[in-house]
Amino acid sequence: MNRNARARTLWGIGNTIVIAWALVPVLWLASLSFKDPATIADGNFLPTKWTLQNYRGIFETSLFTRALVNSIGIALIATVLAVVVGSMAAYAVARLRFPGKGLLVGAALLIAIFPPISLVSPLFNLWRQLGLFDTWPGLIIPYLTFALPLTIYILSAFFREIPWSLEKAARVDGATPFQAFMRVIAPLAAPGVVTTAILVFIFAWNDFVFAISLTSTLNSRTVPAAIAFFTGASQFQTPIGSIAAAGVVITIPIIVFVFVFQRRIVTGLTSGAVKG
Amino acid sequence: MSTRSDSRVLEAPPGARARRRASAPLSEGARAERRLAWLLCAPAAIIMLAVTAYPIGYAVWLSLQRYDLRFPAAREFIGLTNYATVLSSNLWWIALGVTVFITVVSVAFELVIGMGLALIMRYALIGRGAVRTTILIPYGIVTVVAAYSWQYAWTPGTGWLANLLPSGSAPLTKQWPAIFIIILAEIWKTTPFMALLLLSGLALVPDNLVRAAKVDGATAWQRFTRIMLPLMKPAILVALLFRTLDAFRIFDNIFILTSGANNTRSVSILGYDNLFTALNLGVGSAISVLVFVAVAIIAFVFVKGFGTAAPGQEVDRR
Repeated sequence: MNRNARARTLWGIGNTIVIAWALVPVLWLASLSFKDPATIADGNFLPTKWTLQNYRGIFETSLFTRALVNSIGIALIATVLAVVVGSMAAYAVARLRFPGKGLLVGAALLIAIFPPISLVSPLFNLWRQLGLFDTWPGLIIPYLTFALPLTIYILSAFFREIPWSLEKAARVDGATPFQAFMRVIAPLAAPGVVTTAILVFIFAWNDFVFAISLTSTLNSRTVPAAIAFFTGASQFQTPIGSIAAAGVVITIPIIVFVFVFQRRIVTGLTSGAVKG
Repeated sequence: MSTRSDSRVLEAPPGARARRRASAPLSEGARAERRLAWLLCAPAAIIMLAVTAYPIGYAVWLSLQRYDLRFPAAREFIGLTNYATVLSSNLWWIALGVTVFITVVSVAFELVIGMGLALIMRYALIGRGAVRTTILIPYGIVTVVAAYSWQYAWTPGTGWLANLLPSGSAPLTKQWPAIFIIILAEIWKTTPFMALLLLSGLALVPDNLVRAAKVDGATAWQRFTRIMLPLMKPAILVALLFRTLDAFRIFDNIFILTSGANNTRSVSILGYDNLFTALNLGVGSAISVLVFVAVAIIAFVFVKGFGTAAPGQEVDRR
């Protein structure tokens, strides 16, 4: 009994350290975003004078709001496309026998380890020639590409868990393979699809390399890239406050995902990895 | 992907299940199955090929030319000159050294801390859910945002961490302190991912095996090194492979924290600077290709040298 209590205390201390370590940088940024411009450089961990001025500031200019629209739009479209295209391939990988499967899976693995910087120079030049530079599709296409391996791995792992017999039953009842896919497998696969969609969205939401290389104006610049351009040239009183506020705003969806879908994200992240 | 080539249709499909029926002629159903599979895979395969294979080939071609965007008229084929320029430059070797250092140190720390986190998430008597949830925040947060948080924390006067240092020190403006802050930011951001991959390996360790060892008098440390670690080896190798490749591509943290000043450039930052600051597509592309080759070598060493099971192989095994 006593021993158990001691163990609990020890685990409790360990957990507290971990949680503090994970949260402190986020809390520090939030604190900066609420600091009054006059006290923003005072070095206190908590604001001495609270204000919402930084938030009002960023929402008053198109520099941030337009970038936010770009971020949301580009990430959502890339997510939908990746899930549609990826789940088709994942279904084939998980369920069907066909030559070339190993090739597809191998290609996906190669892309998963591909360094984005190696694509930046050719895409920069190609996009200028094709008129895709500084457009939404110019970012959606690379995001879709880099999200596909993730999508195929996670979804094929999910699809393998779905009971075969249901699909066979549908086929016996006269459904075509396509109908069996749409009517029987797709609804069963929904949890996996949601998980994958969250991870792809986080990836697209997070990207910085492509966002600063393949855009040049507010036309398609996403928030992470736009923030990097707040400094100096902006009309805000202090870029620190604006950057902190913008950072907090784009962290909100992540925090919502984490709290609502914690279990799914963990399953998704680990199902792509080896199981034996 | 050639969808309708007849030679492929007659080929025996790979895998154990296929071998069983390789001798039998293909039924109508099997042929329909293949057609459907190819149709379903075609979009993904085409996109992946078009957006990576073609551009990397194009990057190789660009890297063989003198191509300065400020003097587009002077564009010409110059063979391997750009590679000679890069490889004989101090900047490249410094950047490579910095990248390798950051990769090795941060991945080593992540492995140790990540293992601790995985053990907490599996065996803690209380608060497992809370830990699992909270550590997803560093994983999910936008790297640039986290990097700004660290930058301001270490800015003299403004930052709570900088104020803990002796006054007058500005760590982000000196090479080694800056590199250590970059490593800190990298470890904070990516340890959760490592921890989750290790957790999935830890889930493979049977509880009764650990309990039996305990009954036999094995200490906690012995249970960890003699039972858990060997069983987790495949998961550890995969986690190391993914994180090593990822760390080698480091860009966001350095871009925000130091912009590569004071010799803190990684190879990715160097490539970016050559493309967008120097506007030299030829040299920039040569760096892109070299980074690609380096990543390929790392992956090859892991897969061939350590026998890391690539996730793709697992797909085929089933």
